[in-house]
Amino acid sequence: MASKELLLRIYHTMNQIRLFEEAALHLFEENKLRGSVHLYIGEEAIAASAISLLRDTDYITSTHRGHGHGIAKSNDLKKAMAELMGKETGFCRGRGGSMHIADLDKGNLGANAIVGGGLPIAVGGGLALKMKGTDRVCVTFFGDGASNQGTFHESINLASVWKLPVIFVCENNGFGISVPVKQSTSVVNISDRAQGYGIPGETVDGNDVIALLEVFEKAIARGRAGEGPTLIECKTYRWKGHWTGDPEVYRTREEVAAWVEKCPIKRLNDYLLEQGIATENELNDIKATVANEVEEAVDFAINSPEPDPATVMDDVFCEMQGGVSR
Amino acid sequence: MSVKTYAQAIKDVLAEEMRRDKAVFVMGEDIAEQGGIFGCTRGLLQEFGPERVRNTPISENTIVGAGVGAATAGMRPVVELMYMDFAYLAMDQILNQAAKVRYMFGGKAKVPLVVRGQQGIGRGNAGQHSQSVEGMFMNIPGIKVAVPATPADAAGLLRTAIRDDNPILFFEHKALYTTKGDVPDDSEFMIPFGKASVVRSGTDVTIVASLLYAGIALKAAVELEKLGISAEVIDPRTLVPLDMDTIVQSVKKTGRIVTVHEAHRTMGAGTEIALAAVEQAFAYLDAPPIRLGAKPCTLPFNLGLENAVVPQVADIVQAVKTSLCR
Repeated sequence: MASKELLLRIYHTMNQIRLFEEAALHLFEENKLRGSVHLYIGEEAIAASAISLLRDTDYITSTHRGHGHGIAKSNDLKKAMAELMGKETGFCRGRGGSMHIADLDKGNLGANAIVGGGLPIAVGGGLALKMKGTDRVCVTFFGDGASNQGTFHESINLASVWKLPVIFVCENNGFGISVPVKQSTSVVNISDRAQGYGIPGETVDGNDVIALLEVFEKAIARGRAGEGPTLIECKTYRWKGHWTGDPEVYRTREEVAAWVEKCPIKRLNDYLLEQGIATENELNDIKATVANEVEEAVDFAINSPEPDPATVMDDVFCEMQGGVSR
Repeated sequence: MSVKTYAQAIKDVLAEEMRRDKAVFVMGEDIAEQGGIFGCTRGLLQEFGPERVRNTPISENTIVGAGVGAATAGMRPVVELMYMDFAYLAMDQILNQAAKVRYMFGGKAKVPLVVRGQQGIGRGNAGQHSQSVEGMFMNIPGIKVAVPATPADAAGLLRTAIRDDNPILFFEHKALYTTKGDVPDDSEFMIPFGKASVVRSGTDVTIVASLLYAGIALKAAVELEKLGISAEVIDPRTLVPLDMDTIVQSVKKTGRIVTVHEAHRTMGAGTEIALAAVEQAFAYLDAPPIRLGAKPCTLPFNLGLENAVVPQVADIVQAVKTSLCR
């Protein structure tokens, strides 16, 4: 049974992600934010639940739809929003943007805009943790689309052979851009593919925090105990288009509306009230706090300096101390 | 000094660096019990054990990606690709991940990764196992490229590569593995990247050549001497960073430049070097630069055909004579 503290923390994080992204969408529509913004709205329970069980020293890798993971891992809306706006104060000094949020200090090995690109990196992160003799774990998030990349299969195989502390979290939101999963994927449940690599696989309702916590707890404990990786498929739905300009010809308004009814935040909200875990006032306080945090983050980002073009060549290479190499 | 083969020099540096720094480890196909198909990791398993000498599945993209992840997480992996032709299987992890992680994440990550392996002609390995692909990687900001031609250069550059905090592609040549030369016994012997070697001094023409062709260019220089032509032979040793200063200085002296490599001539390193020489020493040139490289043709199996594709000593001699209008 999850503690009140944990559940309220998850509730807080989910609201942060939701309001942050609504603010980002608004900024995008006002042309204050460039590039592409892939919204995680509707999928918040997955990042918030999984990462609520991690330590700062545990690793994650994330995806092009990575705001949620980055926010949950770092809890720093200011740096996240500044990065979306390309500002010097962002997580990546404006070099990465929406699709490349990373925070090495908090164990975020980075969001990856190549579908499936983060899985091998997570295997390497898990390998490093194992070789250093720690009980830390690495959680790699990816979508249903990535499960058809070679890296998915290669990475799970390698993590299984080497018994690495990697938790493979597939966020199955039903579509790879416009292509429905059943047109692209050979199995109904992507977690079935775990069998082919000799590891546990489980499919879980990605909008149900309580169910997610149970599955993640088990997988993380297995990883910490050195027993190897787990594949978890979280079935969910992306409310918004693949990106902010998506014409969404591939689905009906009714389908979207049905999933909006299954809102993971509302579901946790109702659960907390029904179970008498939290009061309406407590939850409203959290929402008010988050609204304030998001407003501050937007102000911070807007008022932050642009990167100096004279620094554009910074960090192509790491300059070596002692100058053995340039 | 000890006389060592090129392969021994590599093996010894790997062992010395693994002794020096526990973060250094090696992984790749057939590198443990087998010691690598060219013997460059022979004996490492016995000394360092299976945690640090890891046989991998045949999953090049994920092997390199695991290297990227482990390096980002504080290890210093040395990944062996059995043939550098297989780097193309790992291109996403090399060019979209290893090269970009540091820059995209605002300079907060280090990726001390070495990807090493052999390439080139000489063993009748045909189209998919005889290519010279180093030039391709000069076009990817964030990757350093080493091309050692001698046992001493292999040793000194590999040690520098392992201690460098940047991702490095280290191109060995299969036909050089059994060549012998003096190698300093000093376990701190390092050759800085971006420092060309003037292999032979001369006054009439500058020949720039690397890997197997550094030696072939020397043979051509001997032939040229018989014709009364004094050739200076320069081996850049690393292509990124590239020591144009040494080359330009030489061109200002000789007034002529011929570049030669085994890699395809079109868009090869020689093209970049020749044009940079024109840009930087135009007023000193007495003749247009001449570029020699493999014909735009798949490397054929048959020895006579293979020789017909790559430049021969006579081709270099002829190019120099053309440059001198003789």
